[in-house]
Formats: sequence, structure tokens, C-alpha cells
Amino acid sequence: MNCRELTDFLADYLDGNLPLGQRILMTIHLLLCRDCRRYLKSYETTIKLAHAVGQPVPELDAPIPKELVAAILAARGQMR
Amino acid sequence: MPAKSEPIKVELNTAGQVSADSGEAELLSRLRAGDSAAFETLVMEQGGRMLSVAHRFLSHEQDAADAVQDALLSAFKAIGSFKGEAKLGTWLHRILVNACLMRRRLQDRQSTETIDSFLPQFDSTGHHAERVPRFELSPSEVLVNKELRQHIRDCIDALPADYREILILRDIEEMDTESAAKILNVSLAVVKTRLHRARQALRALLIPFQQRK
Repeated sequence: MNCRELTDFLADYLDGNLPLGQRILMTIHLLLCRDCRRYLKSYETTIKLAHAVGQPVPELDAPIPKELVAAILAARGQMR
Repeated sequence: MPAKSEPIKVELNTAGQVSADSGEAELLSRLRAGDSAAFETLVMEQGGRMLSVAHRFLSHEQDAADAVQDALLSAFKAIGSFKGEAKLGTWLHRILVNACLMRRRLQDRQSTETIDSFLPQFDSTGHHAERVPRFELSPSEVLVNKELRQHIRDCIDALPADYREILILRDIEEMDTESAAKILNVSLAVVKTRLHRARQALRALLIPFQQRK
């Protein structure tokens, strides 16, 4: 296995969907290749960063603004 | 207030299979009867959470507000078809995701940009063409560092639309591959390929930020 192949399999590797044979080849390559170890770690961290961005933060987890409520109710009134 | 947009396709999410509790059942009954006060209750109870979800898809405050309005009005129109098999919030969430995706598509210009330039490069033997730098950004920092959070959002926004949508649905909304494929009307293989490329591209876009730190 080379770096290109390892990179192609990263998502399946992290999801645990890789067949045992490929998983072993990947593990061996990771032991030998610093660039791929770093790439794997950065790929995993990127997923976590994206997920963290979606977590509620206090200023965005507030009640719906009154102005928006009024606009929605007005728009609903026009539907009838 | 909101820009006029295309009708939103409403689908029942039957994945949850959770019965509505009595309070929700009563609210549903009133909504189906066209009770204005019930609609206001729905807006007040669900609106804040929906706005928070819309912010994950849409960077601008007004766009997020408009998507929530689109979704609530669509839900109100379609309330007669809601069977109560899933929780009302789950059903609204699906409608909101559709509304957000639609609004993003309206905004996105036809783009010829390609994601290839963000993917890793390999030499003729299949090995990394360049040294891979250490990646030192921390997920825990996102919660306390506004600049980092905004930068990640900007990088997600910079992804080509087809890739950005998948990344948001899978890695932010935590939707499974099957649900994402259904909502985007693409195959499972396309979801997997685009998600992998989107993550790689996001990674590449984040590298300069850590070097700036």
C-alpha cells in the first residue's frame, strides 16, 4: 500500500468498514510513514472541528427574536 | 421580509417512529384545525432551536431567519400530511434542512471551481509529493475561540456547493449516509466520495490558519 491508496481508504478506515487485510496493510504503512500518520490525524481532527462548529453556542442558542416571530406570523396571515 | 423562494418539498421523516406525547398531540390537533394561537406556540417553542440549526447552514443572520420562516410556513401548509409517527421537532428539522439547502442553492452562483486543487498531491510512486505538516488545531478550542470558529465556517462556505452540503449533513448534522443520499437525491457512493473529498479540502483550507497562529 502507498500513500495515495491509504488516503483513498481513510474514511472507510475511520468508520471501521475496511476489510481486515486492508486494515493490516494500512496499519503497517502508518507505522512506517510519518506523512500518512500526520495526514490521518489531521483528517480526523478536521471531522471533529467541523462537528464542533455545529455545536450550540450561547449566543446562537437564544430564543427566537420577537421581530422574526412577528414576521413569520404576518407571513402566515397572508397565506390565508 | 424573506425573499420569495421555490416551494419546499416536505417529506415525512419516519425514521424516528416516536409517538407524539399528549401535549404535542394536542398542539398538532390545533394546528390541523388552523388555530392561529397554536401556530404561534409552534413558532415560539421550535423557532429558537430551528434558528440555531439554520446558522449551521447559512452564515448570514438574515438568510438563517428567512430559512426558518420558509420552513415554518411550509410545515404549516403540510401539517395535514404529518401523521405524528415522528416527533414534530424531527419533522420540522427535516423541513428546515431542505429550506436551508434550497436557500444556499439560490445563493450559489454557477461555479466552475473544482475541488481538485485542495486534494493531496502524490508523486509517481503514489507517495506524498510534499511533507505533510503537523496539524495543531484543536476541536476544544472551537468552543472558546470565536475567530477559529468563524474561520472554519468560512472555509466550509468556501467549499464547492455539492461538497459543502454533504459535509454539513454528515459531519455537522450527523445525518447517516442513507438519509443524506435521500435528501440530496444522489447515490450512497456519491455521498461517500464527496464527503471524503470535502473533508480533505476543508483540511487543506484550514492549514494556512494554523500557520498564521
